[in-house]
Amino acid sequence: MSSGAGAVELLDRELAARVLERALARGGDFAELFCEERRGFSLSIDESRVERPQSGSERGAGVRVIDGKVTRLAHVDGLAEEDLLRAADGLASALAGEAKKPLALGAAEPPELQEIEIEPASVPAERKADVLRALDDRARAAGPEVSQASASYSEGRRRVEVFNTEGVAASDDRTRVRLGAQVVARRDGTVETGFETLGAHRGFELLDGDPARIAEQAARKALELLDADPAPAGEMTVVVGGGFGGVLFHEMTGHGLEADAVQKGASVYAGKLGERVAERLLTAYDDGRMPGEWGTGAIDDEGTPCRKTPVIEEGRLTSYLYDRLRARRDGTESTGNGRRASFRDLPIPRMTNTYIQPGDADPEAMIAEVDHGFYAVSFGGGQVEPATGDFVFGVSEGYLIEGGKVTRPCRGATLIGNCLQALARIDAVGSDFEMKTGFCGKSGQTAPVGTGQGHVRIRGITVGGTAV
Amino acid sequence: MSESLAGLEEAARRAVEAATGGGAGEAEAWAEGSRNREVRVHAGTVESLTEASGRGIGIRAWIGTRTGYAYGTDLSERGLADLAEAAVGAARVADEDESSVAPEPAGEPAPEIEGLRDEDVSGTATAEVIDLAKRIERVALGRDRRVSGVEEVVYVDEDTDAAIVTSRGVSGSYGASAAYSFLQAMASEDSEVQTGLGFGVGRSPRQLDAQSIGAEAGDEAVSMLGASKPESRSCPVVLSDRVTASFAGFIGSALCADEVQRGRSPFADRLGDQLASPALLLADDGTDPGGLASGPFDGEGTPRGRTPLLRDGKLLAYLHDSYTARRGGASSTGNASRSSYRSPPSVSASNLMLEPGEHSLERLFAQAGDGVYVTEVAGLHSGVNPVTGRYSVGATGRAIRGGELAEPQREFTIAGDLLGTLAAVRAVGSESRWVPFGGSVLTAPMLIDELAISGSQAAPQ
Repeated sequence: MSSGAGAVELLDRELAARVLERALARGGDFAELFCEERRGFSLSIDESRVERPQSGSERGAGVRVIDGKVTRLAHVDGLAEEDLLRAADGLASALAGEAKKPLALGAAEPPELQEIEIEPASVPAERKADVLRALDDRARAAGPEVSQASASYSEGRRRVEVFNTEGVAASDDRTRVRLGAQVVARRDGTVETGFETLGAHRGFELLDGDPARIAEQAARKALELLDADPAPAGEMTVVVGGGFGGVLFHEMTGHGLEADAVQKGASVYAGKLGERVAERLLTAYDDGRMPGEWGTGAIDDEGTPCRKTPVIEEGRLTSYLYDRLRARRDGTESTGNGRRASFRDLPIPRMTNTYIQPGDADPEAMIAEVDHGFYAVSFGGGQVEPATGDFVFGVSEGYLIEGGKVTRPCRGATLIGNCLQALARIDAVGSDFEMKTGFCGKSGQTAPVGTGQGHVRIRGITVGGTAV
Repeated sequence: MSESLAGLEEAARRAVEAATGGGAGEAEAWAEGSRNREVRVHAGTVESLTEASGRGIGIRAWIGTRTGYAYGTDLSERGLADLAEAAVGAARVADEDESSVAPEPAGEPAPEIEGLRDEDVSGTATAEVIDLAKRIERVALGRDRRVSGVEEVVYVDEDTDAAIVTSRGVSGSYGASAAYSFLQAMASEDSEVQTGLGFGVGRSPRQLDAQSIGAEAGDEAVSMLGASKPESRSCPVVLSDRVTASFAGFIGSALCADEVQRGRSPFADRLGDQLASPALLLADDGTDPGGLASGPFDGEGTPRGRTPLLRDGKLLAYLHDSYTARRGGASSTGNASRSSYRSPPSVSASNLMLEPGEHSLERLFAQAGDGVYVTEVAGLHSGVNPVTGRYSVGATGRAIRGGELAEPQREFTIAGDLLGTLAAVRAVGSESRWVPFGGSVLTAPMLIDELAISGSQAAPQ
């Protein structure tokens, strides 16, 4: 049942202890050894041809020493003893103090195992190719105006072990599977695209049932857009769809709650803990423990167990998101948000699965109450500047709302605004709920994150379109 | 050839042998070794310092016209054998594709490019680059009393060796270095905070000028204080050099032949057409030592070169690797790129070079009359549709009134479609520089006749 059961350790504990001791041989407050093995496989289909099969495997480690305000990291490819010791010695050589004795590594906590029914690597590649062929067929069957279809499959398994001089010895084994489908539809001179994904912190069983439905959904989006008008421009009420609509909260609020930005005063949420930032109907969480979700793990990449952190409770800002370093600075505990893209990167505060808790509004009624507005069903993505709070989102599927009804599809819309203002203007949260997968980029590191919500309505946000 | 280059070439040779010995008809191996350093400075102190070295290899294997790829970091005999097996196994899953053939050695030798590696990268002590980063921060903070802080100054340098070997007799290796630094400054007044970006790029830390990098960030942040939303309308727009670089990157990716051949580019079937303003002259050049994407050969061993793309308003060429060249009956333009050994080669622009025009920035404002100067765009990855060429992105900048720069403006979007925008370029500025956004671009500011701005209430009809 479980992929992690009985797995061989990446690194001998005795060696880990020696590396930590050498890292603090000339002082320093804290040292950590992060070991990782990553294996992955990906495949795509394009023009009905299975192509780009690709497999990768890497092992490596990062040694980190924190001394006062300064963090030093050395990383090496491979887990050879001599390389690890050399990395530790190199870090120690930058200091000139007394050796600091690490605490003995704790009893190895039995790792909390991810429930995997079907280990993706055990599934023949040909079966993965067949899944893609099914997606391709389904996309092309959606209508004669479908001119292009492509899809991709990817699986990854990441085993990590973390040891530090405060006695932590922890490990995790994370398997993720993801499918994506892209469709291009054409009519006369008009070209439109549709995109849909399916992904989880799960095994190949994710693709049980009917994974090809996402190809049909992508095709439907593209076909619908063929009838679209240019998006309107100007400020109006916007209803945001469930699922990937949650990327709005991720950008608008989540990034501004990451403690590194907060501590530098580079977040509009700095100094606002305990304050009212939204209507009472808004409650939101960052939850690294949601079973099977894209941003889930047993521990973060510093060995802290993942947890569910309320960030907004009934409109009040309740917590920032911390890794160890920033938590120590604020005299608090890590919230289990210290994540790193790989052993080559330093851990930084990152979201895991961030979502707005479902409310009690009926999504249809939320739209029916809008006389003139915009319905942003889903986004291609978004971006925020936490220091100013300015954000921008590209709408991938959007419609006009006229007289309380969803009317014409619109192409090329963007939502822009300012976080605090837009957050305060959320006046309805739907009772529906869905989680979606995303890739979040920060400081050059990419992390899998879950985003989610039901329908959410914002009074007054700028829609940037071409119909001026 | 240095010892490390010879070592990498030898590893690549063994990898190719392992693959052909393990069932591949043809094989190619790309090996890389690198050393890099990153410093982050905040409030006068080093926040973090990363020093690392790494090496890895990627194998592309062909079984007939089926292709597979595998990469890893274990260069031992055993590691290479496993990797070769994985690449051959991957190839068995792929469908036949008659255009997928291992590239032949080029008839001509790869160009010799001076100056790809500056020994100062490895020769500069870490204490010196820390000092550089601190100086950059001090410059930014000293520009104006309203500069309230710097989020962080990031300094990165790297020294990389790469080698390629194929079963068809292609082989080569080269080394290159890079150094860059950037920062985001914050300016505050009352409760308002604005940000400004500064950066510099070169082959070694000595090519980075602390004064200009810090000043750019500080000045931009201060200049944005008091920004308001512009009115929604269509008007002349001047794009800053940085924003123009992002546009050039957008053009460059839409000109990649793989997307063109698959009908997913606004430039598909437009070769030879008159579609851009004659003011816009653009080329791809993988041999200019100033461009960080330069090298003697591309990601599959084909010599790099210069490919004119837009001239006299005409679309002159697409960018090709060996696969798209074979498929399109063209020659490879040497544009097979790899972000690292972890990815197989795919078509991408190398250095995009925009020919500077005759007008100073001030002159572009004068020609614009009334409009907007866009200094920053956001949301490019979601706001740009590479298939249709339509875009709508968040923007900040300054108003242009009576031909001169006026008050700061923010929280608006600019929207249009790529081909329409290319035709609407009225002039390109005379001041150019290398920008590492949108790829590697030698860029200058650009005046567009008309673009849709969406901000506050739409102007009365």
